Amino acid sequence: MNVASIDWQPIWLTLRLASITTVVLMVAAIPLGWWLARTHSWMKQPLSAVFALPLVLPPTVLGFYLLLLLGPHGPVGGLTLSLGLGTLPFTFTGLVIASSLYSLPFALQPIQNAFENIGSRPFEVAATLRATRWDRAVSIALPLARNGLLSAAVLAFAHTIGEFGVVLMIGGNIPGATKVLSVAIYDHVESMEYAQAHWLAGGMLAFSFITLLTLYIVSGRSMRIVR
Amino acid sequence: MKTIEARFNGTFGNFNLNVALSIPGSGITALFGESGGGKTSLLRCIAGLEQLNGGYLRVNDVVWQDHKTFIPTHRRAIGFVFQEASLFAHLNVRRNLEYGYKRTPISARRLGFDEVVAWLGVENFLQQMPHTLSGGQRQRVAIARALLSSPQLLLMDEPLANLDLNSRAEILPYLEQLHDRLDIPVIYVSHTPAEVAQLADHLVLLERGHITASGPINEMLTRPDLTPAQQDEASAVMEGRVIEHDLIFHLTQIAVPGGTVAVAFRELPIDHAVRVRILARDVSIALTPPQNTSITNVLPARVIDITEAPNSAQALVRLDLGGTIILSRITRRSVVLLDIKTGSPVYAQVKSVALIC
Repeated sequence: MNVASIDWQPIWLTLRLASITTVVLMVAAIPLGWWLARTHSWMKQPLSAVFALPLVLPPTVLGFYLLLLLGPHGPVGGLTLSLGLGTLPFTFTGLVIASSLYSLPFALQPIQNAFENIGSRPFEVAATLRATRWDRAVSIALPLARNGLLSAAVLAFAHTIGEFGVVLMIGGNIPGATKVLSVAIYDHVESMEYAQAHWLAGGMLAFSFITLLTLYIVSGRSMRIVR
Repeated sequence: MKTIEARFNGTFGNFNLNVALSIPGSGITALFGESGGGKTSLLRCIAGLEQLNGGYLRVNDVVWQDHKTFIPTHRRAIGFVFQEASLFAHLNVRRNLEYGYKRTPISARRLGFDEVVAWLGVENFLQQMPHTLSGGQRQRVAIARALLSSPQLLLMDEPLANLDLNSRAEILPYLEQLHDRLDIPVIYVSHTPAEVAQLADHLVLLERGHITASGPINEMLTRPDLTPAQQDEASAVMEGRVIEHDLIFHLTQIAVPGGTVAVAFRELPIDHAVRVRILARDVSIALTPPQNTSITNVLPARVIDITEAPNSAQALVRLDLGGTIILSRITRRSVVLLDIKTGSPVYAQVKSVALIC
């Protein structure tokens, strides 16, 4: 068994999925986290609970409902069919949608916490210094929340790489389209190919550890700078 | 019309703010009162950080708020100095200072960057991050930052309250210079009598969300029916100017209404305008020009009135000193023994005069 015999396809697919999911999540979670951090709306608690559901639900529950939603008889599936786009389950796009929903709390919560920790004072000061709303968001909120943004991106990326249940239900096991690392490992184990399973599992273990270690070191250091 | 007109009526948490005031469009106006009296809320309304419906605010000729207008904070030409310096933690001192400066249109800039930096003495730590500065340094940066946005109105919310004594002493001289250096009105919130006597030209007294009195500083400080004169630290302030220095005895002579007073030597140019503060408890009264006394500052005066509290040993005497009022706190027994009455010509013996530049 050597490196050459490793099937790289699931690895690249996983990295691609995680990267796209992270971008999607950051674009969605920054405004959402901002709104949740600042709002006094009665919707805040119910929505927070909804966004946190993936933390506690079995992935199969999410996968099941997504299948119904996106499948040919679901409302979204019906729409995509009528637009000539086919259905999303068992496609890469379907995987991105499922991963984004499943990893949402991992991106949203650090961002929301970071925005909440800033408090209102820096924004008041900036307003008295002639900064408009957008200006304040860009020049004050984002830089002061940078640790939260970094944590969110890293956690969203790492968590997407590590998911299995939702991926299997929505994506299935199509090489090159939906067969990601975790599924590949499962396959290897099922077919008693322990050597291949070892390579992939060990690689993921090392990758996850290094990612989290980097996150802790970086955020610990910049924490001290801000203090 | 160089005035600021403000009317606000509304509820904040557990108290009701109900004020209507008109303050001069120049000089330092102090909002003075107990904590929780609504001073900060009023200041925040003026800044547009709170929006009370039905409020009205006009600064000089421009309406900032009325029934159909509410100019948002970022479009009001204000500088706001908070109790905590509130520097942006992610920016170094220079970039904190530049924050408002860069956002001020060039045509509206009235103070140069280098000028303000030198004035507040922050040039030596421009590259430092805020967390490396002392409390006093941080507050100086905050004041410089506010000035660099070229405000037409400077709002200060107890800028010294969170500082230790040394840092206060470090900042006060800069605040005193605001009179001379700026031609914009300053609204200064404080609950410290000494600070108010030192800085303010105009005083607004606020109690439980209501204005109890408003007027020129010395009139407000010396009115017996108002809080400042009822406090232990009751005092009067008057404007004077340096007339000569006595280098042998290390004294500086100050001309004040009704005469001259000597204070410990201060290196100031002749004719320099100064303010002196005289505590009521440091002023005693004699009927004839006192002889053989160690008190050097004796000024002829006329008794305006005497206020006695029935359950106190002391009386508060208001004295007219060549048109300026000072307070004297003496015992009620002395009032009777010396037969002090309204209109009596007396001599005010001033034990101590604090010079405020």
